[in-house]
Amino acid sequence: MISRLVDGVPRRALILLGLFLALLLVAPLLVDGYILSILILVLYFAYTGQAWNVMMGFAGQLSLGHSLYVGVAAYTAAALYVHFGIGPWAGVWLAILISVACGLFIGFLAFRFGISGVYFALLTIAFAEFTRVGFDHFDWVNGSGGFFLPVTQYSVNDPLNLRGAPVMFYYILLAITVLAFLFCRWLLTGRIGYYWLAIREEPEAAQTLGINVFRYKMIAVAISAGMTALSGVFFAFYYNNLFPEQIFSMSRSIELILGPIIGGIGSLFGPILGAVVLTVLAESVTEIMHALGYDIPGIKQVFYGLCLLVVIIYLPNGIWPPLRKRLGLGDHS
Amino acid sequence: MPIELVFTVAVQGILTGLVYGLMALGLSVIFGVVRVVNFAHGEMMTIASYAAIVAFGAWNIDPLVAMVPIAVILFAVGYMLQAVLINPFINRPEHSQFILLAAVAIIMVNGLLMIFGPDARNVLVDYALDSIEIGPLLVDKVRVITAALALLIAAGLFAFFKLTRTGRAIRACADNYLGALVVGLNVKKLYALTFGIGSACVGAAGAMMTLLIDTTPNLGPAFTLQAFVIVIIGGLGSMPGALLGGVLIGLSEAMSGLFFAPSAKTMFGVGILILVLLFRPQGLLGRKI
Repeated sequence: MISRLVDGVPRRALILLGLFLALLLVAPLLVDGYILSILILVLYFAYTGQAWNVMMGFAGQLSLGHSLYVGVAAYTAAALYVHFGIGPWAGVWLAILISVACGLFIGFLAFRFGISGVYFALLTIAFAEFTRVGFDHFDWVNGSGGFFLPVTQYSVNDPLNLRGAPVMFYYILLAITVLAFLFCRWLLTGRIGYYWLAIREEPEAAQTLGINVFRYKMIAVAISAGMTALSGVFFAFYYNNLFPEQIFSMSRSIELILGPIIGGIGSLFGPILGAVVLTVLAESVTEIMHALGYDIPGIKQVFYGLCLLVVIIYLPNGIWPPLRKRLGLGDHS
Repeated sequence: MPIELVFTVAVQGILTGLVYGLMALGLSVIFGVVRVVNFAHGEMMTIASYAAIVAFGAWNIDPLVAMVPIAVILFAVGYMLQAVLINPFINRPEHSQFILLAAVAIIMVNGLLMIFGPDARNVLVDYALDSIEIGPLLVDKVRVITAALALLIAAGLFAFFKLTRTGRAIRACADNYLGALVVGLNVKKLYALTFGIGSACVGAAGAMMTLLIDTTPNLGPAFTLQAFVIVIIGGLGSMPGALLGGVLIGLSEAMSGLFFAPSAKTMFGVGILILVLLFRPQGLLGRKI
């Protein structure tokens, strides 16, 4: 199994990956709190982008409603913690279960009725919106007023309850991101990865070859929703507050998927690179605008939009595929 | 609850729904022909709304008059958008087109936010509070006027697509892209024209909308979603379907506001959308996919 993860990967790629990981491991020792918070954001988007990529990049199903899985999982874990005192590492399983159930429900309805492409994307938006308004009126978690976790002093780290300093969150998130990266590599190099590739490129041909298209699409949705659930739980315990308006919003879904699209859909390293580029870009624009004294609301997003426009026009496959070609790394990275 | 109240609210909802329908008609025309989902549709509408607000604030021009130049300006914006940005993306995968238009939408919303700030603005014409008596019902005058205008514009559009040579050429592109190329139609130019026409619709709707609701930059994404809901309920690409979908959504919003909470109104619209997608994915009046 281990050999399958590294088979066919050039030595240079492994060394580069090792160096990158080592850099991430020592990073908290070198940087201040502000940079650390940005690194956490980068990892958050990298991980969630990786999760979304399973569905879109691997199996070719465009979901524009992934905020649904983030939100449902975040609320589940937070409610279990606040109402029943159940810690996040126990609650996360129920959160994953509920997210996967939501994903399977949407997937079942859509794939059964032959809904695909734009229609599928719009269906995912519709379900996320539906849930958002539902949670606005869900009094058990305080509706649109927002749901809050008790905030602790950052004196002691309590990893079992996910209460503590940002450094603890950083390392937990780093571990999750690395595991997700390996898991996706494992998926992609296995039988299921090739089935997904066939379904993504030629669904009809895949069907003819005897691949159960419906089943493998459902598996993709389940894995993607389950992985996304984890980032929802993390979100709840890191930020300590949840508002349906924010967590389920369509713009949040779009934010989540920009990373992998900019980085390169369907590649393993694309979501990570995309998250780095976008987050660093957004933060530096804020800083530069602040330094120049232009604190106009919206100016950052306009710049953000312009960068997106440039990338999508000139690098249609994202930043990573041309970059890995230049670096001489194989196609499966 | 008095039955007159229910009927009054229903009629108001239907009248508002016709303006929604005009907005969605723009989206439907664009998707039906160009096969690109305009993710910046609601944002274009808010641009038109702000143009109407500025025209009223600076020169005291009634939005119903300003509507004409605004529609022309939006036509030009749409034409350029298609000609410059979207035409090179016609053969790209859907998610590429989506990102392109999402980027345009982000720029539009936040551009408006930079210029006008986040506060809600409105237009107060002197007949804003007048109402018309229809039997036992008391209906807002502005809603009657805007609904009538929306219907008139829609009728004009139907006539354009049925009767004129250009309209027929555009329909030919929609029916058979390759065939249209073979008979020598300038498809890219017709696409740009179509995007312009769809944008003009949404421009007119945006100007009218200032009489019905307060405008903020954040209305853009909400109305993009609204337009999608309407168009899919009616049938993507079907022009009468867009109007019907608009009326249904207007009605469901009004009714949910009356019987439940006004904040739950989108849930009903989206609920109808989910049902339609599952049981009649081509929409109420759409052709079989």
